[in-house]
Amino acid sequence: MTATYVPDVVPLDAPKLVAAAPLLTVRNVAKQYGRVQAVNDVSLDAYPGEVLGIVGESGSGKSTVLRLLNLQEDPDAGSYTLNIPQLAEMNLFDLDPYKRRAVQTHHIGIVYQNPHLGLRMRYTSSGNVAERLLITGERSYKTLRDAAEQSLAVSEFPLERMDDMPAHLSGGMQQRVQLAKAIALRPALLLLDEPTTGLDVSVQALVLDTLKRMQRETAVTMVIVSHDLGVIRTLADRVVVMRHGCIVEIGLTDQILEDPQAPYTQQLVHAKL
Amino acid sequence: MILTVENYTKRFHIHHLGRHITAFEGLDFTLEAGQFLRVSGPNGVGKSTLLRCLFRSYRPTTGRALYQSLHGEIDLARAADVDISLLRREEIGFVTQFLRPRPRVTTLELVAEPLVQAGAADAHAQAKAEALLDAFGLKPALWQAYPTMFSGGEQQKVNLARALIRPRRLLLLDEPTASLDAAARESLASLLADLKAQGVAMIGVLHHPEDVQNVIDDTITLRAPIGDTPSQPTENNHVAQ
Repeated sequence: MTATYVPDVVPLDAPKLVAAAPLLTVRNVAKQYGRVQAVNDVSLDAYPGEVLGIVGESGSGKSTVLRLLNLQEDPDAGSYTLNIPQLAEMNLFDLDPYKRRAVQTHHIGIVYQNPHLGLRMRYTSSGNVAERLLITGERSYKTLRDAAEQSLAVSEFPLERMDDMPAHLSGGMQQRVQLAKAIALRPALLLLDEPTTGLDVSVQALVLDTLKRMQRETAVTMVIVSHDLGVIRTLADRVVVMRHGCIVEIGLTDQILEDPQAPYTQQLVHAKL
Repeated sequence: MILTVENYTKRFHIHHLGRHITAFEGLDFTLEAGQFLRVSGPNGVGKSTLLRCLFRSYRPTTGRALYQSLHGEIDLARAADVDISLLRREEIGFVTQFLRPRPRVTTLELVAEPLVQAGAADAHAQAKAEALLDAFGLKPALWQAYPTMFSGGEQQKVNLARALIRPRRLLLLDEPTASLDAAARESLASLLADLKAQGVAMIGVLHHPEDVQNVIDDTITLRAPIGDTPSQPTENNHVAQ
């Protein structure tokens, strides 16, 4: 199965009705690890309040894209802008480490599949969340505590357990602490890397429901990476399909799942549904 | 005209079979505000496919569908995905027979949700949801229940209420009466008549048009499919010709 095919559809125009500029714009990003081209010429946009899904098999490069969006790694090529007043037009990949860290702290939240990557397991849960505000210089105990409680409430964490350590919590609750931490500073962009993979199916549904509610209430722009098409169908407005580091197809979620165009997407959808 | 469809064609390209399957070809029709157009034809002729190509769950192969949106004219065949998302939120609705319930979301919440998303107050949305569920004859005892366990008819009532709770300018209806009882069919017919009077344009696929006969203004009949053609010779074509 090759990646080249001639799409048999009416081509799409640039947006005409949506006046807002994309919040996130990525152009021609590439990243190589040794001899492996992990990400190859990836370009994508996410509009304010949109949920963009990225799907693909292991090794498709989808998690690498997320790490690049989180400014955790340097690409070999490409640009990345966030349409936020102080940052507009700036290629975030060009920032020095100090400024990059500031952008990460103030404007980007991330939830990892593995809670150990996102949490200090032997701090209290509330402390994990409050730490985000400490970084910005907040020192008032009451403000920190109130903010932590509020974020934990938004992520529908049982507040009576907010002083328990993540190490003592279930997987679903750990993900809620990660989520609370990620949104504590009200970022413009929330990145989710397989946020429900590894959870029991029933817990997974509850966490997805929380994400959906939260997205509706805060209108945060989300990029969610998952290999699970059910998760993507529940959350995403549009989907990017990746394979071997390249984008195979981008479309509305229902269109990608019901009328996939690329040979690879047809294979992927029919294998999973 | 709220919608002008010209030379609309949908051909599916099934890569692993190396085949093209044509659902419909070269369709032309127009629709005015307040008009109800029925799409008729035998099974498999592409009636639902046409609705999906207008809603853009499917990408059309040729043609255009000029829609007069509140934001200006736009061709639904080639509009950017984000523009289609905007129209789905604000103007174009799709009513199917299939409900997609979510865990821990009650019937009432599920029905009210599109209105809440549009910015309505919870109390207002809930009142409207109750009125619609009541009109379709869903027992109040079920309103706080999770619709996952409902019968087909009950699920369809929830689905219709959810699909019709927000004001729309263009409604696409795919077998909206399929598993409804007589009373619910009657409620639907009177609701659709009200929407028509408000100027909502509708395109409907109906196996039993007598259910809503009084609202149908016009019918287009799709011809039998042209059939499928191999896109290119392939070595392992398992499908009998």
